[in-house]
Amino acid sequence: MSSFWSAWIIVLTLAFLVGIIWLLRWNMSNYTHIKEGELMDHEFDGIVEINNPLPRWWMILFWITIVWGFVYLALYPGLGNFAGLLGWTSSNQEVLSLEESRAATKANREAGLIVQYDREVDYADETYGPIFAALSARPIEELAQDEEATEIGQRLFLQNCAQCHGSNAMGGKGFPNLTDDDWLYGGSPDAIKHSLIAGRRGAMPAYAGQFSDKQITELANYVLSLSGRKVDPELAAAGKANFVICSACHGQDGKGNYALGAPNLTDNIWLYGNSQETIEETLRHGRNGVMPAWKDILGEDKIHVISAYVYGLSQD
Amino acid sequence: MSKNVKHEFVEKRVGWLAVLMTIAISIGGLVEITPLLFQKQTNEPVLGLQPYTALEMEGRDIYIREGCNNCHSQMIRPFRAETERYGHYSLAGEHVWEHPHLWGSKRTGPDLARVGGRYSDEWHYVHLMNPRDVVPESNMPAFPWLAENTLDGELTAKKLETFRSFGVPYTDEDIAGAKAAVEGKTEMEALIAYLQVLGTGLTQAK
Repeated sequence: MSSFWSAWIIVLTLAFLVGIIWLLRWNMSNYTHIKEGELMDHEFDGIVEINNPLPRWWMILFWITIVWGFVYLALYPGLGNFAGLLGWTSSNQEVLSLEESRAATKANREAGLIVQYDREVDYADETYGPIFAALSARPIEELAQDEEATEIGQRLFLQNCAQCHGSNAMGGKGFPNLTDDDWLYGGSPDAIKHSLIAGRRGAMPAYAGQFSDKQITELANYVLSLSGRKVDPELAAAGKANFVICSACHGQDGKGNYALGAPNLTDNIWLYGNSQETIEETLRHGRNGVMPAWKDILGEDKIHVISAYVYGLSQD
Repeated sequence: MSKNVKHEFVEKRVGWLAVLMTIAISIGGLVEITPLLFQKQTNEPVLGLQPYTALEMEGRDIYIREGCNNCHSQMIRPFRAETERYGHYSLAGEHVWEHPHLWGSKRTGPDLARVGGRYSDEWHYVHLMNPRDVVPESNMPAFPWLAENTLDGELTAKKLETFRSFGVPYTDEDIAGAKAAVEGKTEMEALIAYLQVLGTGLTQAK
C-alpha cells in the first residue's frame, strides 16, 4: 500500500476514534446548566424532555468498545501498513499464482508470521498427514481390504467422484460403472491410480462422413451381435466387413484395448446405452469421454486411498 | 434555540442534519473501500488470468440471466474446510476483470469459483439438462432450453467493448471477431465454456 493511502487510513481511523471520545466526554458533562432530573426548556406538542444523563451501563460499554478498538488496531492489521503487533493475517492475498502462494506460505512460516489459513493447514497436515502417509505407503491391494482405509476412501469418493460416478459408484450414461470389473483403461491398482492422477481422454471418432446410414446400421448390428444379442444376421454379416476399421482400437475380436480406452464390445456392458439407436448415434457422432486429472486437486496420498476404494469395489 | 442545548441546532435544521449524517456514515467507506480502488492487490490480475472469450462472455450473461449466482457463490474463503473441497482460496487478482463480480452470498449449491476443468463438458451438459441424471440427490433446477436457444451474437462485440472501457485488455481483433465466435452456438455451449474457465486463471498459470 502506498504511504499516502496508509496515512489516509491511519489519520481517518484515529481521528474518528478521537472524535468519538470527544463526543462521549462532551455528553458526560452536564453542559446545559439545568439540574439533573429537571425539565429542559423545550417542548413539542406537549412532549417535554427531562435532563437525564446517558445510562451509566451504556457509557461503560461505549468506553469498552473504544478501548477494544485501540487494542485491536494495535494487535491486528488495521492501520494502513502497520502489520499489528501479533503479525497476524488471514491469508496470503497478494500472491498471483499457486507458486507464489506456496512461496509466501514458506516465507511467512520462516519469518514467524501468523497466517491464520496456513496455520490451519499446518495443523491439519500434522494431524492427518501421517495417517495418509502411512496409508499411501501400503499397496492398494492391501488397503482395499482395510476397513478404515476403505471408509476414508469412500468419503473422499463421495466428495469428489460421486458427481459423475454416482454415490454408489455405479455410474450413469457416459460415466463408467466402477463396480462391475469392466474397465476402459484397465482395472489393475496402477491403472486405476493413473486414471485418477492424470485423467483420461476417450475419443471415439465420428463416422457419419465415412459410412452411409445403411453401413452404420449394419455395423451397429454387427457390434450388437458381438455380445450375443439377437440381430438381423444379414445386416450383421455386412457390417463385419467394415468392422476392420473399428478393430484398430477395439481389436479384431472387439474385446477392446486398455491402452486406448477402447471398450470391450463383447461383454454387453454399455457406457452410453445398449439400444441399436444409441450405438448408431455413437458411430455417427463419436463420443468424447473425459476423466479429469486429480493430482493437483487431491494430491497423490489421497488418490492412493481413493484408488484402493475403487479397486475394492469390484473385488468381491 | 436554547443557547444551552447545542444539538437543537441539528434537530431543527434537516439540511445540516443530512450533511453531518453523511459525513459520519461515510468514514467507514472512506477508510475501508476507497483505498482498495487504488491498491495493486485489487487491480493486478493473477498471472494466468485471460479476458473472457466472446463465447465465455455470453455464457457469463446466461449465468446471470438464469440466476445461477442466487444459489452458487464464486468465492472460496481462506478456510481449510473450503479449500479442501474447492481448491485454493479466491484472490482479489482473479476478479479484477469482473464487472460486476459474481461472488454471491448464498450457497444452496456448491461454490463454483474453481469449477473450471473439474468436470467434463459432457458432464455439464447432462447435468444442466437434468441434474438428477448424474446427482440423484440434487435439488438444482434443469435448464433444458439452453440446448435449444442459439446465440445470434448481435450484442457480443458491444459487451466486449464495454468491458474494454472498464480496462479489460480486449484487442480490436477480439471485438471484430466476437459475433462470428458465438453466432449459431447454443446457450448451453456458451454457459459450459464459461463454467470451464472459472478459477483457472490461478491454477493454470504457467
